[in-house]
Amino acid sequence: MNWKRLEVLLPLVGVVVLLAVWSVVTSLRIVDPVLLPSPAATFKALWTGMFHGKLGVDFIKTVERTIYSTIIAAIVAIPFGILLGSSERLYRSVEFLIDFFRSTPASAMFPLFLVLFGVGDRTKIFVAAFGAALVILFNVAYGVMNARKTRILAAKVMGASRLRVLWDVMLLESMPATFVGLRNGVSLALVIVVVAEMFIGSVDGLGQRVFEAQQMFEMPDMYAAIFAAGALGYGLNLLFLTIERRFVHWSGK
Amino acid sequence: MELSANARAAATRTAPHVTIRGLSKRFADATIYDNFDFDIPRGKLMSVFGPNGCGKSTLINMIAGLFPADKGEILFDGQPLNKIKFGYVFQNYREAVFPWLSAFDNIAYPLKVMGVPKKERNLKVEKIVASLNVKIDLNLYPYQMSGGQQQLVSIMRALVVDPEILFLDEPFSALDYEMTLFMREQLQRVFVETHTTTVLVSHDLEEAVYLSDRILLLSRHPARPVEFVHYDAPRPRTDKTMTEAEFISTKAHCLEIFQREVRKG
Ligand SMILES: Nc1ncnc2c1ncn2[C@@H]1O[C@H](COP(=O)(O)OP(=O)(O)OP(=O)(O)O)[C@@H](O)[C@H]1O
Ligand SMILES: [Mg+2]
Repeated sequence: MNWKRLEVLLPLVGVVVLLAVWSVVTSLRIVDPVLLPSPAATFKALWTGMFHGKLGVDFIKTVERTIYSTIIAAIVAIPFGILLGSSERLYRSVEFLIDFFRSTPASAMFPLFLVLFGVGDRTKIFVAAFGAALVILFNVAYGVMNARKTRILAAKVMGASRLRVLWDVMLLESMPATFVGLRNGVSLALVIVVVAEMFIGSVDGLGQRVFEAQQMFEMPDMYAAIFAAGALGYGLNLLFLTIERRFVHWSGK
Repeated sequence: MELSANARAAATRTAPHVTIRGLSKRFADATIYDNFDFDIPRGKLMSVFGPNGCGKSTLINMIAGLFPADKGEILFDGQPLNKIKFGYVFQNYREAVFPWLSAFDNIAYPLKVMGVPKKERNLKVEKIVASLNVKIDLNLYPYQMSGGQQQLVSIMRALVVDPEILFLDEPFSALDYEMTLFMREQLQRVFVETHTTTVLVSHDLEEAVYLSDRILLLSRHPARPVEFVHYDAPRPRTDKTMTEAEFISTKAHCLEIFQREVRKG
């Protein structure tokens, strides 16, 4: 037996155990089958929902909203983060505001944004962008501020202007932190979008799907939608990690 | 006419390269320099040696314009700092090279800052690499290289602009012994070839004497020049140089002064 070869399968162990326990629980009827459908029923609902039903459409909708809000957040937050990070005084003067709003649950902003933007897509996207932007802003600013002093001095002694130091050194120095911000930002945006879809008069999206399935007691559909949301969150995180590994190859080295 | 031109040339050859007058610098808790005067000779390799924290790095940072002095003036050829090309090698190469650039682009970076066109940049980098006889893959990124190779990259980056003055702040102290010996020879070779005014901060007295024409011994802060030791053994110096009487007595003399200064504190 070649055990080393089998080690690549280790991450699957947890999944297999979960599925096994789940199957046993449902087949022995330890939990009411109405509350917890079997894995087979759940995955069948996931499959048909994604490829032949409304779940696929909802999935795409949620992806769109999350991506839009993350893009808006990045476009606003990255330049501001660099600006704030490049001047310690400037950052200190707005630090409290950033920390305060970063600590404010974005969901508490829904009513305000509803008044401002109505019940359409814009409210969901803007609230999510608001939450994500603060996370990204904070990380970018810290990345720029913590740029290695020696590297800045090295560029300076070569005759680099302030602008060049900012562009060539601080910006690149902040990239690893920027990506941490983007990954956290996209996760937060997804959370906010899904919650918004549940409660603000939505007709589509994964949040609305979960909520509706629960209201109609279609448990396999509800679990399917939850899994779809989980897969989406995991996938987005993986996507940003892959981009990071490619473009910020020096990160953590 | 002819004669006076020659005389003028001779005068500039022997005039100090850098003149420091009345330099003062305080940090929050200590006066590092108080009315410090010193001349850095032209075309010599000079070492700065002194107790820990006496202000060696502060001195070369102020000369290189990395931060301002509180008072006093620093003149280059009698002129205030304007567009002098410095080379600067930091002790902590890991934090001084740019990890997002390949070794080649790291070396070419100061040329890019100066606005040298790409073709010419490449030629210059290739020239410096060849002259130092470096055999490393320059497409690698710094984090893929050993410490010695990274420091070699940062030395080439300092030399590629043909600096008027080269500063090295304990450049070899983070390297292993074998690499240190190799790098000393490289530095000596560069110096023999170019005779660039060089200021080396070293915490290794043997290294300082071995490499230098002049050794500046500093006191504890507020730092004053205690002695400016001359050591004129011919180059290239070798292991044999270190066994000669003059080397041994110069080193012993420096050590004696250093210990006297340390005991004072
Ligand atoms: N930015 C700073 N703020 C406050 N104090 C400083 C600063 N930089 C240096 N110092 C202090 O000034 C003194 C001289 O520092 P410097 O780095 O020039 O010493 P050094 O001779 O290079 O020491 P070492 O042998 O440790 O390299 C030290 O006591 C140091 O603590
Ligand atoms: Mg020092």
